Amino acid sequence: MEETKQKNPDMAKPTNEIVVDIDHISKSFGTKEVLKDINLQLKRGENVVVLGKSGQGKSVTIQCIVGLLTPDNGSVKVFGDDVAQMNEEQLKELRTKVGFLFQSGALYDSMTVRDNLEFPLTRILKITDQGELDKRVEEALDGVGLSDAIDKLPSDLSGGMRKRAGLARTMIVRPEIMLYDEPTTGLDPITSREISELILDMQKKYKTSAIIITHDMECAKITADRVVIMNEGTYIAEGSFDELKKSDDELVRSFFNETT
Amino acid sequence: MAEQAITGYKKWLESIGEQGVFFKSFFRNIFRGGFEWSEFVRQCYEIGYRSMMLVGITSFIMGLVLILQLRPSMLQMGAESMLPKTLAVSFIREIGPVIIAIICAGKVASGIGAELGSMKVTEQIDAMEVSGANPLQYLVVTRIIATSLMIPLLTIIGDAIGLFGGFLALNFTDDISFSLYFHKCISSLEFIDLFPALVKTIFFGFAIGFVGCYKGYNSNKGTESVGIAANSAVVTASLWIFVIDAVAVQITSLLFYR
Repeated sequence: MEETKQKNPDMAKPTNEIVVDIDHISKSFGTKEVLKDINLQLKRGENVVVLGKSGQGKSVTIQCIVGLLTPDNGSVKVFGDDVAQMNEEQLKELRTKVGFLFQSGALYDSMTVRDNLEFPLTRILKITDQGELDKRVEEALDGVGLSDAIDKLPSDLSGGMRKRAGLARTMIVRPEIMLYDEPTTGLDPITSREISELILDMQKKYKTSAIIITHDMECAKITADRVVIMNEGTYIAEGSFDELKKSDDELVRSFFNETT
Repeated sequence: MAEQAITGYKKWLESIGEQGVFFKSFFRNIFRGGFEWSEFVRQCYEIGYRSMMLVGITSFIMGLVLILQLRPSMLQMGAESMLPKTLAVSFIREIGPVIIAIICAGKVASGIGAELGSMKVTEQIDAMEVSGANPLQYLVVTRIIATSLMIPLLTIIGDAIGLFGGFLALNFTDDISFSLYFHKCISSLEFIDLFPALVKTIFFGFAIGFVGCYKGYNSNKGTESVGIAANSAVVTASLWIFVIDAVAVQITSLLFYR
């Protein structure tokens, strides 16, 4: 069996600097309370994996971090600034530092992979020189092993390739924080492992901090510095992958049954 | 029953409010810097050029059929020579703009509704927002301005093709030259036939773009909602076209026919 890629010992170790501070947030949609009382801190250079069943509010949590949703109560601070208090310009500035990889990859259907990757470069970094754009796009695609797909449309790509292209598009502006929304969902085990290892490579290469939402235990095992388990809108356990695997709590242990 | 009616009424009012907010956001984003020219040109191509064949064929058939339908009655009244004038005035004032707008509502509004709806479902709009771009400016402003410009242009082309269809129909039965036919058509038209008709097509185009964008942009997150967005975009845009037409006719009558 192929050996799982080990976390690089040379990689920047998580520091104590908190880059994301989620403080007692709650969020309801209509009468349904999705988030009840969520607290989470992400340290610089750290990969935090959030595990939980579907529909528990995992994605809602990270959408609050980039201001796509606003919590009903509590606060979300990124680099010390409260996201809910930010104006449009400040939000735009924040989003240059926080990358978001959507579950589906969210590539723009009408554009080729090249145009998809150029999109944030021309709008966020305001790069207009075609030579510079080409260089950055090629470099980003090379990093995710997709150089051959540069002129393809998203509809011509497989699920795994779309995720890779989505990752390249997000990473091309070098965000300091990455939010991954179920990066391996719907992929075969081999591709899932490749994506998980790619996440680890990105952390190593660009020294990013990341929150990874998943229910793929293999992905969690490969990528997590710390694991948080979510159930019914609140966090029920926190620790390293190995610590939680040995937890006394039956519900916590049940997440690890398949892999143990 | 009464409760259902109240809920329906509340939802309708909410929808009106949301459309007002969307309308305001559209105008605010037009005047912001960073207009998306390349996307605007692409939309003009998609909306204008790609609809030309459909508009052309429909207009041609309409012109042809109208002459064939009108001819027996006009012949009975001995007013056969009035056929080019009748067709020109009715086609350019009313039939051309409305029929072409309705066709475009079916093709363009549903296309925009489905495209933006599917972008919403697949999180592409969210992705655009978190990547620092302004999705309203990129997706909505470009499409609404493109429809507002392209529908009048399509109408002008469609009107010309419709009149040509009428010429062919008339030429089958009567010996009329191309130059005489078009001379009769053009000489029968006045400023008040052309200008209000052209102005109302700008509003038709705006309604088509606005409704398509609003329905798509605000669709729910589910594959079913893409179909609903496309469908309701066509229905609402078509309805708006008739409402705008009725208002435009009233305004034209007040301004020019008193």
